[in-house]
Order: sequence, then C-alpha cells, then structure tokens
Amino acid sequence: MSYEYLKFGKEEKDFIAKIEEISGQNIYSCYQCGKCSAGCAFSDKMDRSVSQLIHLIQIGQKEKVLKSNTHWVCSSCLTCTVRCPREIDVAALMEAVREYSLREDYEKVIISEISKEALDKLPNIALVSNFRKKTG
Amino acid sequence: MKIGVYLCECGSNIASTVDVEDLAEQAKEFPNVEVSRVYKYVCSDPGQLLIKQDIEEKQLDRIVVAACSPRMHEPTFRAVLEDMGLNPYVLEIVNIREQVSWVHDDKKKGTVKAASLLKGAVLRASLMHPLERKKVGVTPNALVIGGGIAGIQASLDLADMGFDTTLVEKSATIGGKMSQLDKTFPTLDCSQCILSPKMVDVNRHPNIDLLALSEVVEVEGYVGNFKVKIKKNPTYVLADKCTLCDDCVPVCPVIEHDEYNQGFSPRRAIYIPYPQAVPASYLIDPNSCLGIEPLICSKCKDVCGPEAIDFDMKPEIIEKEVGAIIVATGYEPYPIENIGEYGYGTIPDVISGLDFERIVSASGPTDGTIRRPSDGKIPKTVVFVHCAGSRDPSKHLPYCSKVCCMYATKHALQYKHLVHDGTAINFFIDIRTAGKDYEEFYQRAAEEDQVIYIRGKVSEVFQDGDRLLVKGADTLTGETVELHADLVVLATGLMPSAGTKEIASLLNLSVGMNGFIREAHPKLKPVDTAIAGVFVAGTATGPKDIPETVSNASGAASRAAGILSQDELEIEGTVAQVDEDLCRGCGLCAEACPYSAIEIKAINKYGHALRVAFVNEAMCKGCGSCAAACLNGAINQLGYTDSQILALIGALGEG
Repeated sequence: MSYEYLKFGKEEKDFIAKIEEISGQNIYSCYQCGKCSAGCAFSDKMDRSVSQLIHLIQIGQKEKVLKSNTHWVCSSCLTCTVRCPREIDVAALMEAVREYSLREDYEKVIISEISKEALDKLPNIALVSNFRKKTG
Repeated sequence: MKIGVYLCECGSNIASTVDVEDLAEQAKEFPNVEVSRVYKYVCSDPGQLLIKQDIEEKQLDRIVVAACSPRMHEPTFRAVLEDMGLNPYVLEIVNIREQVSWVHDDKKKGTVKAASLLKGAVLRASLMHPLERKKVGVTPNALVIGGGIAGIQASLDLADMGFDTTLVEKSATIGGKMSQLDKTFPTLDCSQCILSPKMVDVNRHPNIDLLALSEVVEVEGYVGNFKVKIKKNPTYVLADKCTLCDDCVPVCPVIEHDEYNQGFSPRRAIYIPYPQAVPASYLIDPNSCLGIEPLICSKCKDVCGPEAIDFDMKPEIIEKEVGAIIVATGYEPYPIENIGEYGYGTIPDVISGLDFERIVSASGPTDGTIRRPSDGKIPKTVVFVHCAGSRDPSKHLPYCSKVCCMYATKHALQYKHLVHDGTAINFFIDIRTAGKDYEEFYQRAAEEDQVIYIRGKVSEVFQDGDRLLVKGADTLTGETVELHADLVVLATGLMPSAGTKEIASLLNLSVGMNGFIREAHPKLKPVDTAIAGVFVAGTATGPKDIPETVSNASGAASRAAGILSQDELEIEGTVAQVDEDLCRGCGLCAEACPYSAIEIKAINKYGHALRVAFVNEAMCKGCGSCAAACLNGAINQLGYTDSQILALIGALGEG
C-alpha cells in the first residue's frame, strides 16, 4: 500500500497562506460538511469534489490541488458560496486556486494542441477558462 | 361487603374500543357489586366526587376503577379512599386502556377481554384486606463516597443544606482527576483555579467530615438508616502537628514516580500530593518508606521539629450512621497500552491525554513548556489521535467517551498557543461538540489557531530515528497518509474506576454492560439507583464533562436531601410477609431478592434454634420475587396474595 506523505513545512505553509491571501478566506473555517460539493452543478465533471480540494489545501497537498481539474471546471455560479454554512466564499477559493496556478505557470494549456475530439467534448466554460490560462 | 365499580371512557381513548356501558351492566351481576357506573373522565374532580358520594351514600368498602394503568392514577384514587376514611389498599385498578383499548381494534373482542379483567378485579377486591403503611425514622446525615469534583459538589450542597456529611476519599487528597487537568474546555479556565476554592470550602465546612486515605468497607441497613464502616488508612504523619515546613522531604532517601504528574517527575517516600492538596498534610508511602516495618531509616523523623511523624500509626475503623449515600466514585482512563499498534508504553513519545495535561501544565514536570518525554525537545509536529479506545466494540470500549473530542481539541489549541510555529493535527472519526459553546470552541481551534483536522483513524505509530512515523487514513480524500511527528497524544477513553466497581458490588448496585452504575431510570431518575436512599453522581454512571458532573452531583444531593429532610419515611404496605411456621430457612428468597431486603436469621422457637427468612420492610419494594421463589409457599406478598392472584386468573379462564 502506498501512503501519501503529509508535510507541513515552509512550502506547504506558504501555499496555504497564498491561497488565503488571494481569496481572502480562512481555509480552516471549512469543517468538511460537503454542502458545496453536493450542490455543485459540475461535480460529476470534477476529478476531486470541491470540498476535497479544500481539504487538500488544508493539509498542504499543493501538487494534488494544482493537478486537479476542479477549479478549472468551476463556473463561478456561486451556489457553493451562497450555501456554505461557514460563510466561506468557496467560489473565491476556486478563483484563488486558478490564480495561483496561473502565477505558478502551472500546466499552461496550448490551445492549438487540443485535439478536435476533446474540443467537441469540452464544455464552453472550460474553453473560456483555457483562454484565461493562455492569456493569464 | 359492598363493591363500587367505576368505568372510565377516557374520552374516546377507551370508549372507542371497549363498550363500557355494556361492561357496567355486566358488572352489576358480579358478586358483592353494589353500584357500577360509567364516567367520561373518572380521574377528573367530578369523577372523584362521584366515587366519594357513593362511598358515603352506599357505604362502599371496596372500590374497583377500570381505567388507565395504575402507574398513572393509583395515587389519585388511593387519596380518594383515604379522604373518605377507607384504607387506601382496598382499591383495585383494572388497566383497560394500555392493556385493552390501545392494543386492540376489535371492539367486540376488546369488550370481552375487558369484562374478564374486570370480573377478576371484582373477585380480587373481595379478598383484599386493609394494609398498614409503616414508618421508619431517618438519620439526617449523609455519606458521600469519592472526593472528585462530583463528590465535592454533592458534599458542599448537602452540608450547605445543614446535613452532616461524611466525605470518604480513597487517596490522600480530594480533587480527583480534575485536579490533574491544566485547563478546562471551552473557556480555558485553569482547572486547579476553579477547583481549589471548592476543595478549601470542603475542608473548612463545619458540616463536612472529610476522611481522606479512607475506604468504605461495610454498609448495612436501609434507606434513612444505614450503618457504615470506614477504614481510615494511616498517613504516618500527624496532620494536626505537621506544619507543612517540607524539612522531611529533602532528607528522604527514597525516590518514587510522582502519581500526580503521571510519573514524569520524582517524589520522595514522604510527600504531599500537590501544594493545594486537601487535607493539607504530608504522608508516607508505606510501600517504599524504609521506616515502616522494619525500621531501617528514620531521617524524616529525626528532622521533624514538631514531631509529627509516627511510624506506628495503624489503620482505624470509623463507624457512621447515615440516612442517604451518594456514590461519586468516578472513572479511570482506558489502559491504552492495550492498543498495541499505537505503541503506548513502548514508544516514549506516545502519551495519553492525562499525560499531556501534566506536560502542558505550569505546575507540571516541565513547568508549562511542552517538552516530549524522550529527549525533552519541544515538539514541532504533534498528532492527536481521537477515539483511543473508544467506539471500538470489537476490542476496546464500545461507547463514545464523550469528552475526548473536546479535550483533544483543547490540547491542540493549547499546544498552538505555546508553540506558535508548530503543527497540530487531529485524526478523528466524528467530531462531537454537544455542549454549550463547544462547537464554537472547535471552530475557533481550526479557524484561529490552524489546528488541522483529518477524518480517519491512525493505523500505526513507529519510532523512526528520533521522530515518530504515523500512518493513517484520510477518508475525506480516500487516501492512506503518513507523516512524521515529534509527539503523539492519544485521546484516551474513559472507563469505570476500580472504586466504582468495588462500591457497586459492596452496595449491591446494578451495573450496565460496560461496568458503569445503572441509574434507576436513564432519563427520569438519572441520579437514583435501584436501592432506596443510594444515589449516584458524576462519571460513575458514564462519561461526563465537568458541567454535567457538577449538575449531576447537585441533583444527587437534592434527591438525598429529599430523604434526609423527612422526620420519618412512610413505607408502602405492599411488602413481603414470611410465615415463620412454613419457612425452612433455605435462603432462596434472599437470593431472589434484588434489593437485599431479606436476611436469614436464627430464631428460637419451641425450644429450637430455627433459621427463618426476615423481610426488612423498609428495603422491600413489593416486587414479589421472593414469594415466587419460595418452594414452601411461606412468603405472602401483601396486596398480591396467592388467593387474590388465583381469583384474577380464574376470571380470565372463564372467558
């Protein structure tokens, strides 16, 4: 069995602090009830649910957060933000992860390399997000 | 003999399934029935008046009421009889609501069943005799067993009400587990600061007789009249002479682990448990002192100015008479060395919750700096493991220990307050914060102090160099995780203390599957026990936090005061009666009695010493177990004699 190694060093703490700074949210306000994930219209398109992504930020798993598609699938419809019992602006957190990812130059998407098949399947909003990646 | 029969419609509760008018007609034909009536609510004032008028006008001497369960209105109707000068025990109640109308929907069959029950009741009423309610005196003193916060609170409440109270504590000081705690959730009050004023109050209270280092060894008697024997163990230091100068301690050559600090610091064989101890006196540990049998060393005695040391002190037996007893014998932590995979006892930096309390305490072995036991370093990452022992029916404790979520959260928060750049990680199954301001406390720990919560259990802890490798699950991500920590704190579960088990067995109290004392009713009689006059407070009935324990103790004190404030107690007339001619002294009844109310005594009869059963009427609850157990038919259950019961069965057989 492989174990994910948890670390709470400078890199992890800086990552958490940056996400909190960009979003203006306290990541540890989240007590993992899952209401954001439960109400998210795009949950089935996400490889990790919204609340899982938040939990991964809480435990400093930067690589996993950035590799996830969750924040890119998010359409900022704000359902999660409105419903969160802890008054966390979840959409702002998703935006912060996107922002962080762009600043890190992480996984830059090259539009011309997206296959025709993938383009057909992609929801429009994902493409819009991709443009942002490109231009950001 | 003239019997009056009263049938209640109970609105439509009874009348819709039982034809009460028809029953009333049938009842008129039953033997000795003088009058038979139907009323909408017999329990109401006009209903009671109806019975009273009939008793007066028709000279009734037996009353049968067919209505709800006697648990509801037996006292009401008994009072009606007493008001009219009749004996309250010539009343028979037939339960045609819970046992007929509420459990049947066929009105015809329901009426037939009710008629049989009613006939039996009328036949039984003819065989009833007036019974006497005896009275016993009450000794207005109380005994409280256990000097933790529950026993302290119960003693103070009783003493404040004016009752002489004996508080018996097994160890050398009162204060219990609460005295070892550093801070208390959710307010972070210093535990000792809020406890020690109460300890001082106990010591100073003129109505409290505090017996520390003492054990209850024998209890006899019954409600209002218990006789108790208490063994007071020797301290080998005369408390009235000891000036607490501490001269004896530095000269003592024996070094022991200090129990108060969970063994993390040393103490001598002569010591005081902690500075705020009550009673404030030094004592000698007879297991390690070199001066007691045989006398090898007497260094402390040599330096003691006031000559307070007496190596020849012996245990003494103190006898007390009390009217009520409160059991407040508390809990002890689960032996977490039983959870082998966590390594407690083999890995020095895996500690228990109580260990952490001492390590974080300013009065503890590290003077309030968090240092780990192995090398005294300040840990940078601490893992707190919730449910260590609790919620594990297969191997450990099946129940939730109730306080661990909160104390582990408190520990994590305290750690973060002292080690600002440290990381505190809690592995939990569920977070349970049911208490005033508890949820807010938990949220504060996460939000303000960045305490990290991972949902999942720790599977194993390994020593890895000078660090600990913790393996566990994160069920929120569905992944297994591992991390290095410097200290692991196990949020240890609570189990009944050895004292709770001993006292329960001494007083014959019933205990639940987990060894905690069973309440008379878990909801409506939470501080009563099955034994009249014996109450229970605090964690002896199950895990409780401090506020719950204190209110529980005040509840027990008030219930005990309900007995102690009476001049006499009235005893139900429906008790067991032994026919000494038929009794052969076999003792089956004494074994069957759940209340220890029967004793086999030797009497002198016809010039022979005979063994016969003797019923203590004050302790007898009239359950009838003895009458059923007796092979000779020598025990009569007054109010429920064999002939009366046979009349009931006979009527049912006819239908």
